Amino acid sequence: MNWRSIRAIAVKDLREVRQNKAAWVPAVVIPLVFAVAMPLAFTLLPQLIPAEQVAGELGEMQELVARLPAAVQQVFVDKGLEQGFVIYTTAFLLAPMFLILPLMFSSIVGADSFVGERERKTMEALLYTPCSDRTLFAGKIVASVVPAILLSWVSYTIYIVVVNAASWPLFGRIWFPLAAWWPLMFWLTPAISLLGMSATVLISSRVKTFMEAYQLTGSLVVLVLLLVVGQLSGVLYLGVFSTFALGTLVWVVDAALIYVGVGTFQRTHLIAKI
Amino acid sequence: MGATVDAPQDSVIDVSNLHRTFGAIRAVDGLTFDIRPGEVFGLLGPNGAGKTTTVRLLNGILPPSGGFVRVLGMDPAQQGGQVRRKTGVLTENPTLYERLSARQNLTFYGTLSEIPEATLGGRVEEMLGFFGLEGRAGDRVETYSKGMKQRLALARALLHQPPLLFLDEPTSGLDPEAAQQVNALIEFLSHKGQTIVLCTHNLTEAERLCDRVAVMNAGRCLALGNPADISRRLWPGTWLDVVFWQAPSPAQLELARNFPAVEQVDLGPELLSVRLQSKEAIPTFVRQLVEAGASILSVNPRSHSLEEVYFAIQNNRQDGEA
Repeated sequence: MNWRSIRAIAVKDLREVRQNKAAWVPAVVIPLVFAVAMPLAFTLLPQLIPAEQVAGELGEMQELVARLPAAVQQVFVDKGLEQGFVIYTTAFLLAPMFLILPLMFSSIVGADSFVGERERKTMEALLYTPCSDRTLFAGKIVASVVPAILLSWVSYTIYIVVVNAASWPLFGRIWFPLAAWWPLMFWLTPAISLLGMSATVLISSRVKTFMEAYQLTGSLVVLVLLLVVGQLSGVLYLGVFSTFALGTLVWVVDAALIYVGVGTFQRTHLIAKI
Repeated sequence: MGATVDAPQDSVIDVSNLHRTFGAIRAVDGLTFDIRPGEVFGLLGPNGAGKTTTVRLLNGILPPSGGFVRVLGMDPAQQGGQVRRKTGVLTENPTLYERLSARQNLTFYGTLSEIPEATLGGRVEEMLGFFGLEGRAGDRVETYSKGMKQRLALARALLHQPPLLFLDEPTSGLDPEAAQQVNALIEFLSHKGQTIVLCTHNLTEAERLCDRVAVMNAGRCLALGNPADISRRLWPGTWLDVVFWQAPSPAQLELARNFPAVEQVDLGPELLSVRLQSKEAIPTFVRQLVEAGASILSVNPRSHSLEEVYFAIQNNRQDGEA
């Protein structure tokens, strides 16, 4: 594979995405909501509203905390109601929600890169270059996966700063991230980024427009929402081990999807669709 | 594929009995031709004749279903990447990245064509200048006129200085002025000795630009050669129109009819049309008429335009099928 060509394809794809508002606006707005607006709301709320006024809601939260594994419940020991609320919402409730970011961004860029290229009729000239099929494929993977991971990591960093800064009056120390966030950030997030891209590759062979591909890959968000529901109901908790195990499972699925994707991403197949 | 057949050393492209099928459809059906260095070779035919499929086969984008192909001594099906390093292709649609600038487009394709990083920038600027795009090089391509886009696509095809250039309908959809600009560029390249394969259904363009043509239909090559040769095969002999100042006498007409090389005579009021066996017989024929006292105003050997040749071939094919 030719790394110079891979880099050129990735840079070109990202330049094109930057010109497509439908692609980049959600990639900017959603991280701002997740990394800034939501943690600010969840950390400032208990500091602004007296606990007595939301006693009912806090009681429900305590029931949810009681469903968490015993080891995890240790985090809440010796914590006041307000601190418990902040820990539960920012460290547990929002954790799986963050996976929407890499999934969404990689599938948006992937849809623009794989389907958009065909839709804009630019694929043919690309196929007439000396690049091998694998180099072209790798370039498009890099274009969609690497920025998705970087965007997620930047969002995590902002989130960590916002959570700790906004909850400083309650804790008086840096308490976040908890241990389970490390495999979430560095193991599960890259795997989920690749999942969004590899699913797009498969979908791209069956749809004709960027919007179709975007909408179909958007349905993958349901998987993330299932994690949120699982976490809320106590059925699934994203701890260190479970996050690592889930990440491993997603990596295996990624490998299978990419294996199939490489098979479909061949000049002879692609030219027939032009 | 018949790998035992060797390409002639002086051929840039050598194709023998090339086939490509898509299910039951024969897109290319037994094509045989060769292209020599510095030649402008036209692939002529209606839409669906198999011209674009042939270009794809020659560049290793599609594998053939059968037959022998060598491009610059290489087998495109096995050495596609190496072949494409030495070919430039102008596709039927410009297929440019409209959201990027001309400079970004050329830099991208130059990188993929493996132009060394140290020389790429200079080469891009050189091409932008040559094609008159330097003033708008930083603008997004979507703001360009069709003619500018086609010039940029041509610049892209030539960026890596390929010894072999494929032009698929280079003036399709262009206004006459833009088409003239593109044709002038092709003529310039041809005079520089660039080998060009020109796919077109614009017969005037082909007649002006091509040294030899292959007339295609339904994937088959119906005729191959330079237009004059094909014309001679279609219409053997040479038709000569002789216009008289004064109507020819019966003796002069008799002389014309009995001239040894004359095969056919048509007589109009002041026009005598004769079919001679060859062009070489014309001077002797005219001299004998003059010596017999004929008052001749003009003598015109009749030639057939490529358009006439093309339609005669296509009509022959239809008659054959009927």
